[in-house]
Amino acid sequence: MTAMQIFFLIVGLVILGSALMVVTTGNLIHAALWLIVTLFGVAVLFAILNASFLAVVQVVVYIGAIAILFIFAVMLTHKEMRDRGPQLNNSWWLNAIISLLTFGGLFWMLQSWNGFSKVAADFPSSYDAVGQLGNALISPDAFVLPFEVASVLLLAALVGAVYIAFNPHSGDSRK
Amino acid sequence: MNLWNDPVNFIAHWLTSLFVGWGMAGWLASLIIQLIGVIVLILLMMLFDIFLVWVERKVVARFQDRLGPNRVGPFGLIQPFADIIKLLIKEDITPDGADKVVYNLAPILSLMSVLLLWAIVPLAPVIFGVDLNVGALYIIAAGSIGTLSIIMAAWSSNNKYALIGAFRQVAVLVSFEIPMIATMLIPTILAGSMGMNEIVQGQQTVWYVVLAPIAAIIFMIAAIAELGRSPFDLNEAESEIVAGFHIEYTGMKFGLFYAGELLHAFTFGGFWAILFLGGYHFFGLENLGPLVAAVILFAKAMFGYWVIMWIRYTVMRMRIDHMLAFNWKFLTPVAFVLLMLTALMNTLLRGTPSGVYILGMFLTNVLLGWIIVEILRGYSRSERQKTQNVAPAAATAHH
Repeated sequence: MTAMQIFFLIVGLVILGSALMVVTTGNLIHAALWLIVTLFGVAVLFAILNASFLAVVQVVVYIGAIAILFIFAVMLTHKEMRDRGPQLNNSWWLNAIISLLTFGGLFWMLQSWNGFSKVAADFPSSYDAVGQLGNALISPDAFVLPFEVASVLLLAALVGAVYIAFNPHSGDSRK
Repeated sequence: MNLWNDPVNFIAHWLTSLFVGWGMAGWLASLIIQLIGVIVLILLMMLFDIFLVWVERKVVARFQDRLGPNRVGPFGLIQPFADIIKLLIKEDITPDGADKVVYNLAPILSLMSVLLLWAIVPLAPVIFGVDLNVGALYIIAAGSIGTLSIIMAAWSSNNKYALIGAFRQVAVLVSFEIPMIATMLIPTILAGSMGMNEIVQGQQTVWYVVLAPIAAIIFMIAAIAELGRSPFDLNEAESEIVAGFHIEYTGMKFGLFYAGELLHAFTFGGFWAILFLGGYHFFGLENLGPLVAAVILFAKAMFGYWVIMWIRYTVMRMRIDHMLAFNWKFLTPVAFVLLMLTALMNTLLRGTPSGVYILGMFLTNVLLGWIIVEILRGYSRSERQKTQNVAPAAATAHH
């Protein structure tokens, strides 16, 4: 077992353990903080795979924006941070079986894939991974269409949010 | 390779041969040397932080026409050490209603988010932590950990003032991040890379403050907002919410927030120098040796820090709605227009001789600046007319 594999196992355990804490802890803010640990672990996985851009974007978007938004939503809507209801419902065993089957199915499928046990190769020192990614995003041969469609979707969402929030009848009192 | 031309690698090689000579495995030796490098960098920055306490107190004293610390040691230089001893022997209180783990973790994360930034600072061509190819984004990522530490501190303190401070701070951070990212993309466009080393190397002939002066100003404003310093110090606002998010912290835990804030200001002074003021370049003086280059960068970072202090102790605190309107209706559109214009001009002028290129970029900025000033003048004129046309309440009562 190489040092990288040991490191990967540690990171994987941290991700799974903190993800488990997200759903089992009673305190909603603690759940959000554990979620941040999980997301940070995923960023570390990206870093292990030499995807530095994705690792940093993972931290910026998921920890810097989404997790903080979660915490705010919880703080502003819940007076009592503790969730006191039962944590399991009657069909927990069914869900457990389904998730185990899904995991087993994925594991079985991936084992027959020949890339499963490969170690990620290092980039040559002059390889500009970020530049390649940028070119791929705007090149017609690669991902320009999904990229632009996603941006139009986000723009539409933004315009929609402004339209909902904007009330023409209640401007500021000076008008 | 000798000690003068490449001090870090020289010492690293010497240590490697020493450790391997003791019979240590090669990978273990290099791991230990990397750890030593990290610890030495952090220790240097923390020791420098002690000096920054003195600098901040002396400079604010000059701005306020006082003397500042002047009793302990020459020019009061030993004063910060007395402060540290005081902070260390103060009672360490964790409030009863506090969430203990989160409460004690927050100051550590706060200082960590600042120290993380020094990993990518190129002190000299051969002295840097790591040459990350996504350096500009890394700054934002480290900043989001700082935001997180503020929320954690405020929520775990179980104090309403703390929570209000955190709400304000996050509203500011989330919105001023946008012009900051947009202006950080401008050196990225000019250098063709997000890595700090390449951005500094791109400024060998001309500093980016000449090619993008408006971007430099907007970056500085956004950096001050990110630091939460006056005129954007609503998160602390001692006259309204006492001290904001760190109201419950005592002793060295408060000291960590305070030290983090000072070092953060100095660090952003450093990034301002790296992105716009040429980094370690100073008219060829940096070629004397890496240590000279590091001193140049520190001097420039000190200049940036001084500008931040100058604004902090001169300008009054802004109201939050003014601040957010200023960001969303002014800084963000200007930053995006500037970004598009810089990208366009950079492409158009790429093949031209460097004199035409520099002049073209500079004149583009001057033109944009002129248009901005004209728009602002029209806006302020219409605002003034609005207030002039309203008759005072006392005058209308007589009719």
